[in-house]
This record gives sequence, structure tokens and C-alpha cells, in this order.
Amino acid sequence: MHSPFPFSAIVGQDEMKRAILLTAVDPSIGGVLILGHRGTAKSTAVRALPALLPSIPVVAGCRYGCDPKANGRKCTECQAREREGTRLRSESRTVPVVDLPLGATEDRVVGALDLERALTKGEKAFEPGLLARAHRGYLYVDEINLLEDHLVDLLLDVAATGENVVEREGISIRHPARFVLVGSGNPEEGDLRPQLLDRFGLSVEVTTTTDLAERVEVIKRRDAFDRDPDGFAAAWAGSDDATRQRVEKARKRLERLTVPDEVLHHAAALCAAVGTDGVRGELALLRAARATAALDGARTVTSSHLRAIAASALRHRLRRNVLDDVGSTARIERALQERFGA
Amino acid sequence: MSAGPVVAARLLAVDPAGLGGVWLRALRYDHSEAWLETLRAALPHGTVTRRLPVTIPDDRLLGGIDLARTLAEGRPVAEHGLLAATDGGVLVLPSAERASEGLVARLGQALDTQMAPAPRGLAADRVPARIAVIALDEGDGVDERAHPALADRLAFHLSLDGRPQEDAPDDAQARAALPGMIASARARLPHVEIGGEGMQALVVLAARLGIDSLRAVLFAMRAARAHAALEGRRLVGDDDLAVAAALVLGPRATRIPAPDDVRDDAPDPPPAEPESREERDDAAAPSQDEVRELEELMVRAARTTLPVSLTTGGDAPAARRTTGGRAGADRAGGTRGRQVGTRRGDPRSGGRLDLLETLRAAAPWQTIRRRQRTGAVGVQVRRDDFRLRRLFEPAGTTALFCVDASGSAAVHRMAEAKGAVELLLAESYARRDEVGLVAFRGTRADVLLPPTRAIAAAKRALAALPGGGGTPLASAIDRMRELVAQARRAGQETVAVFLTDARANIARDGTPGRPAAEADALASAAALRALGGSSILIDTAPRPSAVAERLAAAMGARYVTLPRNDAREIHEAVKAVMPVRG
Repeated sequence: MHSPFPFSAIVGQDEMKRAILLTAVDPSIGGVLILGHRGTAKSTAVRALPALLPSIPVVAGCRYGCDPKANGRKCTECQAREREGTRLRSESRTVPVVDLPLGATEDRVVGALDLERALTKGEKAFEPGLLARAHRGYLYVDEINLLEDHLVDLLLDVAATGENVVEREGISIRHPARFVLVGSGNPEEGDLRPQLLDRFGLSVEVTTTTDLAERVEVIKRRDAFDRDPDGFAAAWAGSDDATRQRVEKARKRLERLTVPDEVLHHAAALCAAVGTDGVRGELALLRAARATAALDGARTVTSSHLRAIAASALRHRLRRNVLDDVGSTARIERALQERFGA
Repeated sequence: MSAGPVVAARLLAVDPAGLGGVWLRALRYDHSEAWLETLRAALPHGTVTRRLPVTIPDDRLLGGIDLARTLAEGRPVAEHGLLAATDGGVLVLPSAERASEGLVARLGQALDTQMAPAPRGLAADRVPARIAVIALDEGDGVDERAHPALADRLAFHLSLDGRPQEDAPDDAQARAALPGMIASARARLPHVEIGGEGMQALVVLAARLGIDSLRAVLFAMRAARAHAALEGRRLVGDDDLAVAAALVLGPRATRIPAPDDVRDDAPDPPPAEPESREERDDAAAPSQDEVRELEELMVRAARTTLPVSLTTGGDAPAARRTTGGRAGADRAGGTRGRQVGTRRGDPRSGGRLDLLETLRAAAPWQTIRRRQRTGAVGVQVRRDDFRLRRLFEPAGTTALFCVDASGSAAVHRMAEAKGAVELLLAESYARRDEVGLVAFRGTRADVLLPPTRAIAAAKRALAALPGGGGTPLASAIDRMRELVAQARRAGQETVAVFLTDARANIARDGTPGRPAAEADALASAAALRALGGSSILIDTAPRPSAVAERLAAAMGARYVTLPRNDAREIHEAVKAVMPVRG
């Protein structure tokens, strides 16, 4: 299999790339919603992640990719092995990026009775689904706005609890499934349910660049990649490495980063000004600002970090009037300007 | 230079996976068959060509357990799906306009990554699937067409109707030489270079034609390289670019480029200007005139293949209506709901296995089957034994009433309106429908009763409804819209019933004024219509008014004007549009 298009080689789309990196720094930010037309490198960015991000330690042989250090939050199989006194070895795996296609059956998503084992060996075994595969990684739903309602219901539950509970065909099982949900879609083709919107920590709007030089650059790089994928990936490996190190450093820095009262104040005032519902908006905004500061290598979170990420963190949380022409982004920009000046 | 369907077929044969495929529109079956024959002649001997039925279940497409062999051999046997089995070949998708969102998503994923998910239970995660897709689109008109997410991923958009295959008919000699030509072109392809000005010309042309997707430009570039390879060139020339412009960019145009459209007005943003000029003045770059000439050549090429809708001034291709997971309509045979029995079937197609019934079906045969296969252990199950649950999810109905309690309406019709709603409530109770009630007066609209089956509560809310004040119709419709959207998401069929004289005089923001209020009401009505479901507008004014009729039209509602309507007549009118339940 050839290398995927390198993350660093994607031209432009800075807001999207940053949002994705922020979730790599702090997965608790929640998912990323990417809205825009086709052909804007949405899928390319997501599919580049396994090669970009640091690999993760997992319990060797675990079907759910349990974290060896996660005490008490492992899957039932790992727990059983621990109780037996087996020492769990750990191995390293690339970060999973799992596609959830439209029209997937519930069986494929949540997992189901393992038919082949049931039939050939007479065992009642569970065959993990996509949710299990995405544990500790990314679950990517292209055209999420068209996703069937019963799948949306499933995602809502799992995204909220970080656990997949399966009760079907005589199987009763639960396993951890914590992932960063990345959804993309074209808003003109359908709306997202508010509950689902709420699960996303960040949202970005992507457009194709109209800048001629930039468009030519996109084509040039793609051409170079088409002709020699591995050589192209090797040429960009340095940049990808640098990004990976930035993410790793930012993860370490994150724990020590403090948020000054002044910034808390600004965040609260900003949310009040644009009218987000509840405190979830504020929490999301602060988390995102903290991760931004960590990624930038700052010692403390400042209002400039807040400003940088406010639109991404809040634009999908505004109570929206479908008939109102003023976009959410514009409303946030206005509020930012009133608060911080031009 | 010729750039027609035959050339497209040959270019595709040179670089199938890179070009993704063809969206082939032809109303006549024999036209598309003839083109496919042309393609087959160009493809190297032994290339896999498979037909992909639009109703293909996941397991056939992506792979899974070969149920028949697994059972027969008593050990797991995996089978590759059609995607993996067609690696390096061509998938023909007839009736592409009927492909589901799910199928389009899977094909898109395979085209993007050139991989297919591995069959379940196999160790490897994914297997290569370098495919080209020929989407045969037999849809007519703009409503019925292949999904844009699929079309965007296919390099060539060909329309065969009314356009004879103008490029040279093959004689036997040419036909015999073709496989050799394609083979050497394939060998040459990785070494074909494309200059910076060629790429730039494609980018500029795409901008002038109003094509946003950069994927289109990529395909154009690959088509140009494939054409150069076919012609035996190592460097992409003007001819190759012109062919790419005609085959890839022209059909995607959303606007017509003026013949002497000066280049500067095409790429929009003025701030970018200095930068690109710098690039243009680059010493190595060809002179302005040469660039202009190339661009004009390409524009002329693209103009030969513009979509018919553009050139005849017809409608632009409308965005396809989305149907994904909406609407309560049919739910029997789905994958959710209450079990209403079992049916024979394949559990891999997404149905849910009824284990008990399956065993019951297999039970009588056990003795015979054991005798047939010595050494067999466990229960002997055959494919025919599988029983799937038949699930039935009742699509309930929610009836939502919106009652005008403003001064103008209250005087005349409050009593009748209340009476009619009470009759409907009684009937809804019998049908176990949910009902909800919105009332509006003064400056605001309130949900008096969120959808409920508690009919008594509805009656109480209705009886206590006071009258008088302004008519904030837009806000009322907005409240209704929220309720309709909620109910439909929950899988309910909805009927929205408006009882009003439609004399709106309070705008959405609460300010009085008739013109603004009416405009707002019409806009809200259009948004309500977009949600689907049925609605009825009962004009309660003493004389039918044009305003009310316009509003009904905007929300797609049945307009009932009964100057002397009493409760019973209203009741009959509403009953007529209620969905019938079996």
C-alpha cells in the first residue's frame, strides 16, 4: 500500500489543520466538524493522520486497543486477564482513523454476534465493530449531515459516554470507545441535528482558495505525489516529523498550562455576548484556547489564544435562525471586536 | 485534435485508477453499450470488468464471510468483495442515478484511497482496490442524476445523446494496434512531465468556467498527461491540455467564459494580483502572448463540451434532494422496531438474525445432514435455514395545530376552530396519534402543548385559550416548524394544521407593520415546506383572501376555504389529508 498524502503538504486550509491538531493535543476538546464543498482536502487531511500522529501504546493482542496505563477503564477481556494475573504486554500501534460510511449497518458500527464462530464452533462471541476500531483514534464520517438517524443516535450515546454498550442477539457486552469524531459535509445538502452539533468541540468552514498561485501549488504537489507517492512522502517527512514533535511537546505542556482569571472572564463575556446556550460553550472555548496555547508553545493562556480559536469553538453553538442571513462567524467576529477592539 | 467519447475511453484505459472513471449519461441503452465496447477494446487483455448492481449488499461489495462455503466446510471462509476483486479493473454501475447515499459513500472512499476494507475476520486491514467506475446514468432531467459526490470523483462527464461519436471510427487495423498503443502509453505515463504554465492554464480555465472543486483540475492534469503518453510525448503540449479542457473541464462549467474574457478578471481576489504577476514575469515563463494564446485555445476547446443547460440558458443543475434517513414513511422490513415475524434471508445483508427460529428451521434435518458429513460436530446449519427478524417500526403521525387567537380571527371563528380541533383530538386519541398545539396572539406565539398523547391536556389548553391582539404569524409558523422538525426526526409523519385568516401584522422581531409581517410569514412558510410533511391552511376569514392563498402556496399546504365552515366541515377537510394507516 502506498503512502497517504502527507498532512504537511496540504496547501492552505490552516483553520482546518489547526483544529485537527488541537484535538490531537487534547482529545477531550471533542470532535471537529468540517463544513465545505467537495474537493477542499477534507478527507485528505483526515486520512493523513495515522502517518502524522505519534503511535500509541496498546495492550498486545487486545481487540479494543486498550491503553495499558488505563487502570479500571480497560475492556472486559483485558480486565479478565488482569484478574487471572497475566501480565499484559504492551505494543505500539498507529493511531486508528476509521471511516464510518453512510448507510453502514448497525452490526458493522457497534459490532455483532460473530456469525462464523457461532456457526462453526458453536461459540457465542462478539465481533467488534467500527466503534471499537476507532477507540483512542479518530472516527471519520464524510457527509455526516446525511447520516441516518439511527446511526446518529448511536454516535450521540457513545460520544457522550465513551463506552459502547451492546445488547443484541443474546450478547451483552460493553467496551471503551473514546474517539475524536470528525465529521464533514456540505451544509447546503442538509442540516445537522442540534444534539450532534453539540458533540463537536470545534467547527471549521473550508472553501476552495481562489488565489491562483495557491491553486497552482495544490495541483503541483498533487502531481508530484501521483507520480511518486513514496518519494513525495519522504520529501515531506521532515515537516511531518516537526509537526509530530510539536504535538508531543504540546501534550506535555498542556498539563502545566494555567488559565488566568482575566481570560476566564473574557471567555464568559464572549459567550454571553454571542448567546451560546449553557456553559458547554465556555468549557469548549477554554479547552480549545488552552490547547492552542500549548501548540504555540506559550507559557500561559492569553486572550490572543482565545481570539484565535473563538470562531472555531463557538460558531456551531449559536442559537441559529435559519432565515437569518448574518452568518455565525460574522456574529462572533463582531463580538470579538467589541470585546477586544479592532 | 479530437476530444470525444472515444478519446475519453482511451485515456481511461491508459490511467484507469488515476482518472477515476466516467459519468456516462445516455438515455438509450445501446449508446452506452457501444461506448463500453469501445472501452473494452482499449483495455489491456485480461482487465477485469464487473457490473455492480445498485442494490448490492455490503458483504458483496466489501467482502465478508462466504456463508455457503463456511457452512459446508465447517471452517471460516472469507470472500473478497467486488471492490477488491476488481482491483486494477473497471466497475460498471448501471442506473447510477438510483445509487444510495451509502453506495456512493463506499465507492467514493474506494476511489479516494484506492483501497477496500478487508473481508471481516481477515488479519490485514485493507486490500488494494485500484478501480475506475463507469456510472451509467439513465436518469432524465435535472432531478434524477448521479449523486454529485460520485460524479465529482469521475474525471469524464460524457453525454452521448444527440451527440454522435464524432471521433474517427475504428477500422480493423487501428483496432488491432490499439492494445499495443495503450500498453506503451501506460509505460510512458510515469515519465510524462507537465510544465508550470500548463498547470497554471488549467487552473485559470477552471476559474473562468466557475469550477470550484480542485479535484476537477487534478483530473484535467491527469487527462492531459494520459493524452501526452498516448501520443508518444514526454512533455504535455498544448494539444493535450486542450483535450483535457474539453473532456474534463468543459462539462463541469457553471458559467460560460466570454470569448475575449481578459484573464485578470477570472481569478477573483485583487490582493493576490501582485503575487501572480510576479510569477508571470518570471524570466523562464513564456511571453504573455503565448500564454494568452494557449488559454484561448483551451477556452475554445472547453466551449465545445459545455453542459447543455448552460448553453441553452436552461436551469442550472439543481442540488440533489437529500433523502437520507428522513421522513417517517415506511419502516417495515427495516432494521429497527418491533418484531413482527421472521423471514428467510441472508443475515449479512444487514438484517438481524433470529437465532431461535434459525435453529428451529435446521432441527428437522440434523439426522440426515450428520449422515451426509461424517465427523461433523455441532448443529448443522445450512444457508436456507437462516431466519431474519422482520421488524416493524410504526411510523406514527403527529398532528400539530396552530390556532390564530388574534383579535381579527377571534371575533369570527374561535368557536368553530376550537370545535374542529376537539373533534380531531378525539379521533387522534383513537388512532394513538400525537397532537400538539401552538397558539398566537399579541406579539408572540407559544407552544401551548408540546406533542403528546395526553388528549385531556390538549383539551384543557384549548379551552383556556384567550383571544385578542395582533397576528404574529411568522413566529407562529416558526414554532410549528420546530415541532414539525422534531417530530420528523423521531420518525413521525406530520400534519400541520393552521387555522388563521393570515392577516399577519406583527413581524418576526415583534414589531408591528403589515408588509414586513407578511414577508416574514412567507419566508417562514417556505422553510416549513422544506421540512416535508403535509399541511393544511384553513382560512378563517369571512371572505377568502389572496393573502391566505399565497401563504398556503408558500408552505405547500392544502388551502381550505369554506366561507361557512363549521367544526364538522373543517374536520372533514383535515381528515382527507391525514395519512391512511393500515
